[in-house]
This record gives sequence, C-alpha cells and structure tokens, in this order.
Amino acid sequence: MSNLVMNADAAHGHDHGHDDHHDAGPMTVFGFWLYLMTDCILFASLFAAYAVLSNNFAGGPSGHDIFELDYVLGETALLLFSSITFGFSMLAMYKGKKNAVLAWLAITFLFGLGFIGMEVNEFHHLIAEGFGPQRSGFLSGFFTLVGTHGLHVTSGLIWMGVMMYQINKNGLSATTNTRMSCLSLFWHFLDVVWICVFTVVYLMGTL
Amino acid sequence: MANAHNSHAAHSHGSVKSYGIGFVLSVILTIIPFGLVMYPSLPKEMTLWIIVAFAAIQVLVHLVYFLHLDRSAEQRWNVTAFAFTAMVIAFLVGLALWIMSSIHTVMMAH
Repeated sequence: MSNLVMNADAAHGHDHGHDDHHDAGPMTVFGFWLYLMTDCILFASLFAAYAVLSNNFAGGPSGHDIFELDYVLGETALLLFSSITFGFSMLAMYKGKKNAVLAWLAITFLFGLGFIGMEVNEFHHLIAEGFGPQRSGFLSGFFTLVGTHGLHVTSGLIWMGVMMYQINKNGLSATTNTRMSCLSLFWHFLDVVWICVFTVVYLMGTL
Repeated sequence: MANAHNSHAAHSHGSVKSYGIGFVLSVILTIIPFGLVMYPSLPKEMTLWIIVAFAAIQVLVHLVYFLHLDRSAEQRWNVTAFAFTAMVIAFLVGLALWIMSSIHTVMMAH
C-alpha cells in the first residue's frame, strides 16, 4: 500500500520535499470515509433493533434500574477528552513534531483505555448480577449495541498502538500521515456514535 | 509556498482554536441533557425532545469541528456520501420502527 501511495505521488509530479503533505493519500482517506459511512449503517441497524427491543424486559430490570448516569457521564468525559487530545496529536503531525504526536497519542490511548476499562467493569457487574444479554430482549439489544461500540474503540486502541510503534520507528512520513488521518476519522466517528448511545440508551432509558 | 500550505491545512484540518470551540460546545451539549435527566425539573416529554435536540446539535458540532466537514470543494464528496448515508439511516431506522410498532399493535390487538 505504501508503494501505491508513493507511486501515485510520483506520477502526479508531487514534490517529495513535502513529506508531511496532508494530501499524500486523499483517495485512501476518502475510501476510509466511505467505509465509515457503511459502519454508520451497521450502527443504525443496531440502534433500530435496540429501539424495537427496549421495552421487552421479560420481568427483568429496565434501564431505570441498572443505569448509573454519573458513571456514564464519566465514560463520556473520557471519550470527549480523548477526542480533543487526538486532535492535538493531528495538529502536531501537520507541524512535523514527532515527539508531540507520540505524547498526545499516548494520552489519547490512556483516555480510550480508561473508557474501555469502565465499560468492561459495567458489563461485568451487570452479568454478575444476572443481568447478562440472555436475560431479556432489552438486555440483548443493550449488550449488542454498546458492545459493538466498545469493540470499535478497542480496535481503535490497537490501531493507535501500531501507529505509535510505526511513528516512533520510522518517523512521520506521507504514509503514516495518511494512516493517522484515517485513524482520526475513525476515532472522532466513534465519539459521534457514543453521543447517540448515551442519548438513546442511557438518557432515554433512565428518563 | 509554506504559508499557502499552512493556511490551506488550517482550513481543512482545524486548529487549536477550532478543536477548543468544538470541545467546549460538546461539554455544554453533554452536561445539560445529563443534568436534565439526573435532576428532573421539566415534564418528561419536554425533556425527551430537549435531549434529542441536544444530541442532534452535538453530532453536527462533532462533524464540523472534529471531522472537519464543511462546504469547501475538497470536502464535497465526503459531505455527499454523508448526506446519502443520513438518508439511508433515516429510512432504515424510521421504517423499521414504524413497521415493528404496527406489528406490535396489530398482533397484540390493542
């Protein structure tokens, strides 16, 4: 893939002195954007399924019984902080400051890890109390929707770890910049999905 | 050249200021709906509409300040793809809920 990007640049007579040029892989980034749009549709399907099942408690707990909003507010804060720190990482990248990029990425990684830790803890408590996904239609929808978001965040964390390794080893290049641009879209996109999750699942479920 | 490049980059990639504005708006748009649900002070239905409206606005804030969607030429296809996706989502979710609630009503013979 890196060869393709470099060849495309050469074919268009781009100046390779601009190694930090953000247009290194505009088609790659656009393609990734299209993937995110299909991911939106995946999440929309899960939201629709959750909405249909959200009142099927089967004698089990409702959202009002199991959701702790101050805990969810904490998760939301971690994700929101991680969004802005990732933004700072991107800004450092455009300026070619490798160490700042790595530092902001590490901070973003910790915020993301904190979010996942809190979510795993929440799931663990629910399952330990007998409120697992098999308890009711509502809980099946809840675990599927929130769990899918959590899996996406986990993938983002693995990707972030790989980026830190690559940037540390190879420095900032057109290739790493393209990959960072895609990861940036992915990470901010997950924050957008989380807005819908906390509104539809947690706030409406508690209301 | 370097200046032209930088101003171009600032345009499509944001700046400390634009990320800051997005962040502050997001904090406000998150705290108000949480507050309204955690400390109920308005009628339920009104609270529901307010939190939905705040979520919609916050999604737009994220799209503009974090995902950098705008009306520039280089963003046109991204915006087009997003608009198409939004339409698909509206059909998917709207029709699914409509169909399922109709089934529920008919099958339960309420």
